[in-house]
Amino acid sequence: MYQTHYHRASSIDEAASLFAKGDDAKFLAGGQTLLPVMKQRLAAPSDVIDLAKIPALIGIEVTADRVVIKAATTHYDVATNAQVQKAIPALAALAGMIGDPAVRYRGTIGGSLANNDPAADYPAAVLALNATVKTNKREIAADDFFQGLFATALEDGEIITQVSFPVPAKAAYEKFRHPASRFALTGVFVAQSKAGDIRVAATGASASGVTRVAAIEQALKSNWSAAALDGVTISSDGLMSDIHGSADYRANLIKVMAQRAVAKAG
Amino acid sequence: MTTINLTVNGKAVSVDVEDRTLLVHLLRDHLNLTGTHVGCDTSQCGACVVHVDGRAVKSCTMLVGEADGTSVTTIEGLAQGDQLHPMQAAFRDNHGLQCGFCTPGMIMSAIDIVKRHGGKLDEATVRHELEGNICRCTGYHNIVKSVLDAAGRMNLANAAE
Repeated sequence: MYQTHYHRASSIDEAASLFAKGDDAKFLAGGQTLLPVMKQRLAAPSDVIDLAKIPALIGIEVTADRVVIKAATTHYDVATNAQVQKAIPALAALAGMIGDPAVRYRGTIGGSLANNDPAADYPAAVLALNATVKTNKREIAADDFFQGLFATALEDGEIITQVSFPVPAKAAYEKFRHPASRFALTGVFVAQSKAGDIRVAATGASASGVTRVAAIEQALKSNWSAAALDGVTISSDGLMSDIHGSADYRANLIKVMAQRAVAKAG
Repeated sequence: MTTINLTVNGKAVSVDVEDRTLLVHLLRDHLNLTGTHVGCDTSQCGACVVHVDGRAVKSCTMLVGEADGTSVTTIEGLAQGDQLHPMQAAFRDNHGLQCGFCTPGMIMSAIDIVKRHGGKLDEATVRHELEGNICRCTGYHNIVKSVLDAAGRMNLANAAE
């Protein structure tokens, strides 16, 4: 790792001002992606600003209609939170599938979303559940937040403060895991809102990051069942193709994971 | 350079290190606690797992600044004098190690698993929960046996307290 300066911020405002002072600063949340990238010298920030101990960024609030997760809340704390398990069990289950137990103790929802890895899990939940990403400057709808491979609507120095998920009528996440990295070779999150809207998001599949899957949403609108997807064909256009799986393979996985997710959601 | 203050195995420690220092290097190179290993250095193998404020984390993926003010327990901090921790004893009794390289991380992760699951631990859960610890000798069978054995001993010890 190249030389860097570490700063522990005690408030969101302090973090923003530390960021502005650095030449090429980066925010550090759980560090489970940023630190490996820095160790490989693929990133060399002049300053890293640690957000993980800012009290205003930690915690979970659950009401009848919404689950609000503050940005520096760890995957472990989301996965094991009894209120999240009750309100949106699919979200707690997803958090419990990220990486391995040691990674889940450190990794955070804000870090995962800001990084927007094309095979990360949380982006699928945020997009399918139509969550709102709140930052220190504004609120961003899920449809506007994700902008391609490792790209988001976040501006330089903008800090995610919390993510607000509407409680759905039904939801489930199914992930075909890469056995070594635990990233999604393809993961699909299906959700039916209380108003009856259906949203389906796939991660790990598209070369432009998390995406909604219109063909599956359409089929589930007329019939919410795994069987309704039997006749659906997913195009392999724009899907990733690598040593782990071809674009065609991933296209098929989108359908199969969606069917399993619908069956699980009930 | 920054001064990092933390508690390691119950003792207060103060070390001057570069900001880019990882917790594992502070432990190994500055405190000579070489029981914690660096295996893959990419946060996949788990040989570097230690407990930070009671949670089993990968010390190769944590900057010293993040560990400032915390309490760290390494493999060296488990035994009470000559008396091995029940997890260490179970690994010895069940032949839970071959070359031993992954063992410190396995033991630190395993204690965390038992703490989280208590008496409800079964073989499938142990195998699943150990996914972040890799044994290159592939001796998983006896490792799993050791963890289940230790879970029984640790729960007995807790019940006796």
